[in-house]
Amino acid sequence: MAAPGASDSEEEELAGYGTALEPLPEGERIKKPVPLQEQTVKDEKGRYKRFHGAFSGGFSAGYFNTVGSKEGWAPSTFVSSRQKRADKTALGPEDFMDEEDLSEYGIAPKEITTTDDFASKPKDRIKEKARHIAGITSSIPGTTALDDLIAPAKITIGVELLRKMGWKEGQGVGPRVKREPRKQKPDPEVKVYGCALPPEGSEDEEDEYQPANVTFAPKDVMPVDLTPKENVRGLGYQGLDPTKALFGVSGGEHPSLFTDGSEKTSNLLGDLRHSKGRKLGISGQAFGVGALEEEDDDIYATETLSKYDTVLKDEEPGDMLYGWTAPKQYKNKKGMEKEIRYIGKILDGFSLASKSSATKKTYLPPDLPRDYRPVHYFRPVITARNENPLLLQALVESTGKLETDALQQNRHTLNASQRRELLGETALKGPSPSVLEYLSGKDKERIKEVKQAAEQQMKTQTLPQQSLNISSFSYGVHQKWQMALGGQLATPSSSDFKPFAKNPEKQKRYEDYIESLKQGQKDTSESHTDPGMTEWERGREREEFFHAAVLYKSSNPVLSSRFTRAKHEDDTDKVEVPRDQEMDIDDKESAVKMKMFGKLTRDKFEWHPEKLLCKRFNVPDPYSDSLIVGLPKVKRDKYSVFNFLTLPESTTTTITQTINEKMQQNISPNKPKKPSRWDVSDKEKKKKDSISEFISLARSKVNIQQQQPESVIEEDRSRTNEPLPNKAVNESTDQKEEEESRPSMDLFKAIFASSSDEKSSSSEEDSDEEAHQPPSSVPNSESTKHANLPDTSSADVQECMAVTSEPDLVPPLLKEELDKVEEFGPRLPPVSFSKTTQEHEPVSLASSVEANQKEKPKKNKEKHKVKREHKHKKEKKKKRKKHRHKGKHKNKKSEKNSNSDTVDSSDSLSDIEEITDLSSQELLRRLKHLPAMKQ
Amino acid sequence: MAFPAPKPKKPELPKKLVQNLECKQGAVRAVRFNVDGNYCLTCGSDKSLKLWNPHKGTLLKTYSGHGYEVLDAAGSFDNSQLCSCGADKTVVLWDVASGQVIRKFRGHAGKVNCVQFNEEATVILSGSIDSSVRCWDCRSRRPDPIQILDEAKDGVSSLKVSDYEILSGSVDGRVRRYDLRAGELYSDYIGSPVTSVCFSKDGQCTLAASLDSTLRLLDKDTGELLGEYTGHKNTAYKLDCCLSEKDTHVASCSEDGKVYFWDLVEGSLMLSLPVGRGVVQSLSFHPSEPGLLTATEGHVQFWREESHMVEKQPPGC
Repeated sequence: MAAPGASDSEEEELAGYGTALEPLPEGERIKKPVPLQEQTVKDEKGRYKRFHGAFSGGFSAGYFNTVGSKEGWAPSTFVSSRQKRADKTALGPEDFMDEEDLSEYGIAPKEITTTDDFASKPKDRIKEKARHIAGITSSIPGTTALDDLIAPAKITIGVELLRKMGWKEGQGVGPRVKREPRKQKPDPEVKVYGCALPPEGSEDEEDEYQPANVTFAPKDVMPVDLTPKENVRGLGYQGLDPTKALFGVSGGEHPSLFTDGSEKTSNLLGDLRHSKGRKLGISGQAFGVGALEEEDDDIYATETLSKYDTVLKDEEPGDMLYGWTAPKQYKNKKGMEKEIRYIGKILDGFSLASKSSATKKTYLPPDLPRDYRPVHYFRPVITARNENPLLLQALVESTGKLETDALQQNRHTLNASQRRELLGETALKGPSPSVLEYLSGKDKERIKEVKQAAEQQMKTQTLPQQSLNISSFSYGVHQKWQMALGGQLATPSSSDFKPFAKNPEKQKRYEDYIESLKQGQKDTSESHTDPGMTEWERGREREEFFHAAVLYKSSNPVLSSRFTRAKHEDDTDKVEVPRDQEMDIDDKESAVKMKMFGKLTRDKFEWHPEKLLCKRFNVPDPYSDSLIVGLPKVKRDKYSVFNFLTLPESTTTTITQTINEKMQQNISPNKPKKPSRWDVSDKEKKKKDSISEFISLARSKVNIQQQQPESVIEEDRSRTNEPLPNKAVNESTDQKEEEESRPSMDLFKAIFASSSDEKSSSSEEDSDEEAHQPPSSVPNSESTKHANLPDTSSADVQECMAVTSEPDLVPPLLKEELDKVEEFGPRLPPVSFSKTTQEHEPVSLASSVEANQKEKPKKNKEKHKVKREHKHKKEKKKKRKKHRHKGKHKNKKSEKNSNSDTVDSSDSLSDIEEITDLSSQELLRRLKHLPAMKQ
Repeated sequence: MAFPAPKPKKPELPKKLVQNLECKQGAVRAVRFNVDGNYCLTCGSDKSLKLWNPHKGTLLKTYSGHGYEVLDAAGSFDNSQLCSCGADKTVVLWDVASGQVIRKFRGHAGKVNCVQFNEEATVILSGSIDSSVRCWDCRSRRPDPIQILDEAKDGVSSLKVSDYEILSGSVDGRVRRYDLRAGELYSDYIGSPVTSVCFSKDGQCTLAASLDSTLRLLDKDTGELLGEYTGHKNTAYKLDCCLSEKDTHVASCSEDGKVYFWDLVEGSLMLSLPVGRGVVQSLSFHPSEPGLLTATEGHVQFWREESHMVEKQPPGC
């Protein structure tokens, strides 16, 4: 109690407890306490409570201790069954309880309260005693003390740990598993009668999209209860738990930590079992049914004999025991092993073996011979190299070992045939009688060829540079052929490998070709080719034959005897190719040159857009009932297998390659030539050589009669192609093959080597060429230049390149950038941060004004035209263009000449037009023949 | 008695420099008007994409999230989304207001040259140097494209989309037009690597710029050549071309630092607008007015017609 009247100095030292009384107001009397009889008690709703009974401590029930209400008594539960038949109200004990019963201190509290286990009040006496006795009688005395110490938690520590590790109830324990997204696979047990439903969800598959890399927790597995049966009760009979019977619910709910192990497993995951079905009181057979229990159908179970087996069944398990369940000793060993699994975390990279390793069978050691001595003496090893023949002989005589040694050494040097003879086997039944002889001969020949090639290489190196002309080059090409094929060509007669068996004519041509190659004819297959084929096709076929020959030479007769032709052809020799291919570029190239855009340059395909794409574009699907997407594809024979195979880099080819490379280096030491896409000159040249040459050939024949009006270019062309077409074609094809085989290497280099300098150089050349050409030169002058030169070798291309690539106009910054990155396609301009842009601008503005002023009068002049034509522009656009094509450009030319920038290009245009004029008939003729050529 | 109709105003060409935007994002790889021409996007080589008001010359927002230089961008019809593509092989869909990346589409094997929305911004189309055009779905969350148009034999350099067509220009020298309504593919051979394609406003013609320093106007239906425009220089770089707002003129970038204008019908050179010293890489024509954006080196310039008054700025920008 505080001392209110204490002085100030004391106040600081004193501590006050409790609340101070309010100071009494002046002149007021102290209230009298309410007398006991006037004190009232109210319940929670403010009603006065009346105390009943003895010492006023009883309680009231109902309405003033009646069963009725203020209005009198009425059966409140009556509901007309007509309206509310469905909702049958299940009445529980709570329905008959008062509010007080459900409150904290009632008999069925609804609020959370402390349970007995945790309550500090003294526990149930009887229970305490039972536990005490149990503690004394149990195997370990004093366990109850421990039991008392540890207050049981609802969640065991194991579950808690699992939860901390991310486990959730209902999940299994173990590593997360990948599960396939739901499939529309019907349940195997569900039989579908009639029509099966269409697989649903094609529309909404986008919404049900499930990412692939999601793992799921494994399914929960009920632990196997491996409890030994120790009592003498019947199987499955549980009996009455005395604790449950006597102490009701609370005894059964308490999970005891120190009961025997059989219960531990079930208690591991908390007392799920108990919380599920809380049964009050005693239940079971022969105990009757309580008033509150609903299922009452099985209480008076009748035991009938039909429930028992009266006869031993026919099917005997097979163990000849006839029901006798003696412990099986060795029967289920395997099954047992399977069941016992490694439970625990499996290390990364390991997976659980599905089969346990088989136990090793142990064999008894063999019986030892009687005179066996367990010590071995080594004899001195004698080899033929020993110097002393006498010693040798002596040793040989003494041991007899040397001969066998020598034989054994020989064994590895024997070849197959010798071994076969030694073993006395019969020869293989191959198509060629002397298989092995043939093989070895080939090998020898091959070695010889390689040697020859090496010699040739030496020779070419020593040759002076001037003599390295096309003849030696073509010789090199031919040499490559010879070397690659050598004497080891596939012999059509001996081998039954027919790569073109489908096309008998082609096969025949191929055989002829091989034959002629073997005989060493240089210009092979000219006689064998189909006269109906085009030059391109012929070249293609020759290439194919060559590959075939090289390929099948490796499958020598030994192999061929081992393999047989497939009886059933599988589908591997068909490829999906677009049904419509874009037509040959060469035709279009020429059409573009002549500005004949339209039919000649256009390809039209059937194209199937994706259904969803149409939906997104709000366009009806043009092919709503087709499943194709993109260009329609057809299964077609591969043009040939050899299109897809590249010749393996044998030693011979590499040698020839090195020869070629050396030659190129000799010609242009700094510029290893590589055809690049952006290398315009080369591209044009390449395109020239087949079709356009063919065209020009035809043209030249036509033009022989009317030689006079022909332009210089045409003359040049005809001159190059006129003499001995056979030879020219031959040469060009040789060279073409050489070219065609190379790009694979180029591709390889382009991908892997850092050859940015070459790329940039080629593009530099492009720009440089443009810059250096005299204004009157024709854009395709290069190609004509090539045509002018007597031979169409790549060496010439080299020269051209070398000539055009001297000056360097590209600014250094640009060049750096180019060197840095490998670029494909049109480049992006270099990043340059010119600080001078600001001061540059006014200049540019001024110049723009100037330009405008300059151009003003011109523009005005033209505007009259524009005005007139503007109205009907769109209707007339096409027509007028055609009319104007010739006339307009002359006007333009004069106009543009004022502008110095555009002189050369306009000139070139006009030049091209001249060409068009000349060959328009030709083009018309070709237009007519176009469909025929397509096939 | 009736008065003749008022003389139609002669089309003017943008010659007057109105704004100069210093983008400060490295080289500006592309500049694009938005759908109504009030804003523009610049793609920088410093991996950023910027949104500007070119009329006022103000920077509105910077979008960063690309892994390498941005090569092209486009805005959706409702101005709520942007898409951009870059050398990091991705196509990115942006939210305009928040500047956040909504989606990133990965799948191209090489750098992506060009990107376009379709009319309703439900599909993004992107062309890449891996010679494919990919159609990405903005509606669903699937990561793979709806369709891959891989008919091109070489890189796709330029791409335009109309309400039912996809026009693509490829380095293999062809202009391909995919007609979704008819279900057909038209392939026109140009001969030289195509750097830029575009539709005319009336949808009757296609314009293709190629590396032989020539622009060609082709009839869309027949593929016939309607006009040819030369005089500029385009031999190495990927440069843009476009048509003026009323299809009266053809404009093209050039490597000599100028922008060239030709009369569409006559084919005659009307104007060469000196823009800068370096290569003019990108340009974009205002959709309804004679306004032109040009991108050269690190800055973007906005040009208007001679009679343009600065006060006449469209309100609400």
